[in-house]
Amino acid sequence: MIEILIEPLHYPFMIRGFLAAIMVGVVCGIVGTFVVLRGMAFFGDALAHAVLPGVAAGYLVAGGVRSVLFWWALGTAVLVSMAIGAVSRAARIKEDTAIGIIFVGMFALGIAMISATRNYAVDLIHFLFGDVLGVSWSDLSLILVFGGMILGVIFILFKELVILSFDQTLAQTLRLPTKRLYYTLLILIATTVVISMQTVGVALMLSMLITPPATAYLLARRLPVMILWAAVLGAVSGVIGLYMSFYFGIASGAAIVLVCTAFFVVVLMIKQLRAIGVIGKSFPRAPDSE
Amino acid sequence: MMQSISEAGRYPVAIQDLTVAYHRKPVLWDIDLHTPEGELIGIIGPNGAGKSTLIKAALDLVPRISGRVLIYGKPYREQRHRVGYVPQREHIDWDFPIHALDVVLMGRYGRIGWFRPVTRAHRRIALEALDRVGMADYAGRQISQLSGGQQQRVFLARALAQDADIYFLDEPLAGVDAATTRVIVDLLRDLRTRGKTLVVIHHDLQSVPQMFDHVVLLNMRVVASGPMTDVFTPENLVKTYGGKLTILDQAAQAIASGE
Repeated sequence: MIEILIEPLHYPFMIRGFLAAIMVGVVCGIVGTFVVLRGMAFFGDALAHAVLPGVAAGYLVAGGVRSVLFWWALGTAVLVSMAIGAVSRAARIKEDTAIGIIFVGMFALGIAMISATRNYAVDLIHFLFGDVLGVSWSDLSLILVFGGMILGVIFILFKELVILSFDQTLAQTLRLPTKRLYYTLLILIATTVVISMQTVGVALMLSMLITPPATAYLLARRLPVMILWAAVLGAVSGVIGLYMSFYFGIASGAAIVLVCTAFFVVVLMIKQLRAIGVIGKSFPRAPDSE
Repeated sequence: MMQSISEAGRYPVAIQDLTVAYHRKPVLWDIDLHTPEGELIGIIGPNGAGKSTLIKAALDLVPRISGRVLIYGKPYREQRHRVGYVPQREHIDWDFPIHALDVVLMGRYGRIGWFRPVTRAHRRIALEALDRVGMADYAGRQISQLSGGQQQRVFLARALAQDADIYFLDEPLAGVDAATTRVIVDLLRDLRTRGKTLVVIHHDLQSVPQMFDHVVLLNMRVVASGPMTDVFTPENLVKTYGGKLTILDQAAQAIASGE
């Protein structure tokens, strides 16, 4: 049993993969908690897909050098999140329509650009579904630095972000800068999408952002507890997913997402069975429940 | 002009020439209002009379077309620490993962300020506020597990924790149980004896005479404003509500029983 767990650690690329998956799982879980509570799942999905042309542009400009892609993705993500915020405010169309237009348009542009390269199929699959086993030490350090920054901002602005999510009216009567806080949250989500891109890819990104927090929502009755659960579930799903990928030869991004989804389904079923009295009330228990 | 500002400074709430419109349709028209200090003030009027909008305009939550609102002689943005607000219950996401005590603590956030942690002193104040509305035993409950009346009390406790001088309450007694009604009415009276000013939107005409010292009758304009006994008359109610007889019957009974 122990050998099964240790075996993958003999490979440096697996160790880097584990570290990336854990860090991304934690950051996605924490940022995703706000995404879930504010009902911004569609925005998160759109943002992830809309990053693609930025990545493609970086790829073409740098002639296939991958180390610069992070910065291209980050620039695009921040730009797109601001654009979505502005378009839905300015144009007289509903926000989800505005997001949909930008999202698919950008995604198509990205595919068109990548299709012009020679390695079309391989590159596209990496961008879409992630390549966590190809994470280099310099990728990892970027993930650590930016992930740390995201967590730092959330820690500092925690009270304000909670008020903004729970009670917009109170935020206004306290005269918090609600617009600036909202855009700060958009940038946090954008940065999270970028650091997670290599782990799960743009097409699977949304799951990392919302599934562990949704599971946590079922387990917790207080926000700090929900955040803790989301972070733990995100990290654990990343690790289990990588083991599955290693032993069963499944694509790593898909494996991680499947584990996240399995956790959600299991917790949901236990809650349902508990609600109709099949399972005793004591299981599972959130740490904060009375 | 300077004089009118210092004049207005004596009043907890001074509203001058206020007009508010939604999509070019006026909701409040040329409101002039001065509330007395340390009294229970009832805002009374039919549905769509602009009662909630009046409070929101006072708190800078809706844009004004003209006029101004002064809180003890200054704009709201300079006086927000002195103002507490209990909004209508339906605007809250009750499934949010948050405890009653955490909600009450939010009332302290304005005083805690940016980048500062919530200290034990703030927690104690929040717990005291919950205790005053009879909800101390429910501090650790998630808000979705509370009844409607209990939820209302938690939000009242949040306003209490703000430790304000003026409180605006938007229909605090709408759809709550008898126990909660008693707790809230007692609390409002208690706050009044401590010199706080309470502006309360109220829909039940029958209980107006027992509850309020001062009454504002509102229907897009201020129909009448003054001490309850002077203002809460059948003639004024006809002007406010038009010909809705059932409501006027209730009011007639209330006025008769009050005399």
